[in-house]
Amino acid sequence: METILQFLSTNGGEMLYKTWEHLYISVIAALLGILVAVPLGIFLTRFPKGAGFVMGVLGVIQTFPSFAILAFFIPLLGVGKTPAIIALFFYSVLPILRNTYTGVSGVKKSLLEAGRGMGMTGWERIRYVEVPLAIPVIMAGIRLSTVYLIGWATLASFIGGGGLGDYIFSGLNLYQAEYIIAGAIPVTVLALLTDLVLGKIENWVTPKGMKKMKEAA
Amino acid sequence: MLKFDNVSKVYKGGKKAVQNLTLEFEKGEFICFIGPSGCGKTTTMKMINRLIEPTGGSISINGVNIMDKDPVQLRREIGYVIQQIGLFPHMTIQENISLVLKLLKWPEEKRRERAKELLTLVDMTPDYLEKYPHELSGGQQQRIGVLRALAADQPLILMDEPFGALDPITRDSLQEEFKKLQKKLDKTIVFVTHDMDEAIKLADRIVIMRDGQLVQCDTPDEILRNPADEFVEEFIGKDRLVQARPNIQTVEQIMNPNPSTITGDGTLSEAIQLMKQNRVDSLLVVDENKVLQGFIDVEIIDQKRKKATRVSDVVESELFTVEKGTLVRDTIRKILKRGMKYVPVIDEEKRLIGIVTRASLVDIVYDSIWGEDEISNIG
Repeated sequence: METILQFLSTNGGEMLYKTWEHLYISVIAALLGILVAVPLGIFLTRFPKGAGFVMGVLGVIQTFPSFAILAFFIPLLGVGKTPAIIALFFYSVLPILRNTYTGVSGVKKSLLEAGRGMGMTGWERIRYVEVPLAIPVIMAGIRLSTVYLIGWATLASFIGGGGLGDYIFSGLNLYQAEYIIAGAIPVTVLALLTDLVLGKIENWVTPKGMKKMKEAA
Repeated sequence: MLKFDNVSKVYKGGKKAVQNLTLEFEKGEFICFIGPSGCGKTTTMKMINRLIEPTGGSISINGVNIMDKDPVQLRREIGYVIQQIGLFPHMTIQENISLVLKLLKWPEEKRRERAKELLTLVDMTPDYLEKYPHELSGGQQQRIGVLRALAADQPLILMDEPFGALDPITRDSLQEEFKKLQKKLDKTIVFVTHDMDEAIKLADRIVIMRDGQLVQCDTPDEILRNPADEFVEEFIGKDRLVQARPNIQTVEQIMNPNPSTITGDGTLSEAIQLMKQNRVDSLLVVDENKVLQGFIDVEIIDQKRKKATRVSDVVESELFTVEKGTLVRDTIRKILKRGMKYVPVIDEEKRLIGIVTRASLVDIVYDSIWGEDEISNIG
């Protein structure tokens, strides 16, 4: 306990900075993931035959060890935050993509027909029907993916991306438990808090009618 | 108003869904397309708003070929109601009704006004505007589905078995309501169904199709009287009963004008005495202005007599009625199909004016068998 307090008093400021760095890496990677995966997921629902293939390929990428992916980007992008963010982005895509695809293709065909029959353009159907109805499923994917990323972002330290991983790796190298703890606990707290915040956002973006429907069911 | 000129639809793979269909409809006509499943009736309807594109011939609305129009624009000018109702669960009733108006970029204020105005057409109060579809019953939901198709005051409305998923009682009342609405608003309706009862009841003209081809297109009466071939005959089936007596048209002619009634403040013992006197097992409950409130029967009295004393406490208000002027054939269908013992006849103010019972049917059959005897003593 004493060592921890002592650690905090000497490293507190730096720890805050590293936490911020950590959050920054994971959130940017997740945002990029959303930006790519949600439109791609919607696009794939138009081509169900191609969807299986794309998802399969991404599934394979997902199985690559994260260390390998990080190392792979060093010759291409060097070291630092950018390659770390890009590598993590690859991991964020699949869960969001899969959920977007499942959510959007789960929208009842009768609703789409009603929309088409009343004269909605393809874009209007996406905006007014498909996305609002799929939002709970899409958000679940985003939550899952972001929480994962916060865990994986510890590896960013490996290629000089910074973040709380710095503490964990130093601790492991130097056999200093307080460093490991100083890295691991904030990561856990960060993951839990992010999940909480995203949960609130999910609640906020889910259309009121759907929430009520769930309560009634 | 709506014209099919030699229209065909051949699907990839050579399946001929519709072949050389030529038809013409006037404004304000209620047209039912009917036939067994796979006969091409739904395909025909969907070609009108280009959900399915015809492969041959042309369809025109008010002289304009639909293929010359932008499909999205075209669809916004045509109302569309589907069987699964298809209300958007995440939108309020108001948003659902006025969705087409939103697509047409009406301002919010006007959309709201319009939604409110439309709700009154189906006797729903404005507080429904803020509700969500799942909070409504199936019948109410489809009323909203119909209103949605009326929102932009489209002159032409397509309906794909709109009442097919509803229970029989709701369906019947919705059919009646909708028929009145259509007359009032003077819309042209293209209505797809596989239920001959429904077609006969609603349509000005019925288009009977089989295997993608037109079999007969005529008024319900003409189809009943002169079916084009055996297929049509089989399709209309049970209606032979009424055709035997074409001079009997409306329910007033066959109803018993003096049904046994009781008022709501009568007691149950009075009710049972009245039943015994008149040798009946149920009584229609009316108020002092003869407005029909419901019915009670011997079973209800038997179950509830310990707990209640007044008729008004136990009256069952769910019952089938027909309005005066209803065609006999519709009423008979109701009685036969639903196995009902009787149907009360009411006027526009819901006042009871008579009753049609199974005994009335016996009279019709009797007359059709034994010839042209006077029928004035029916009842």
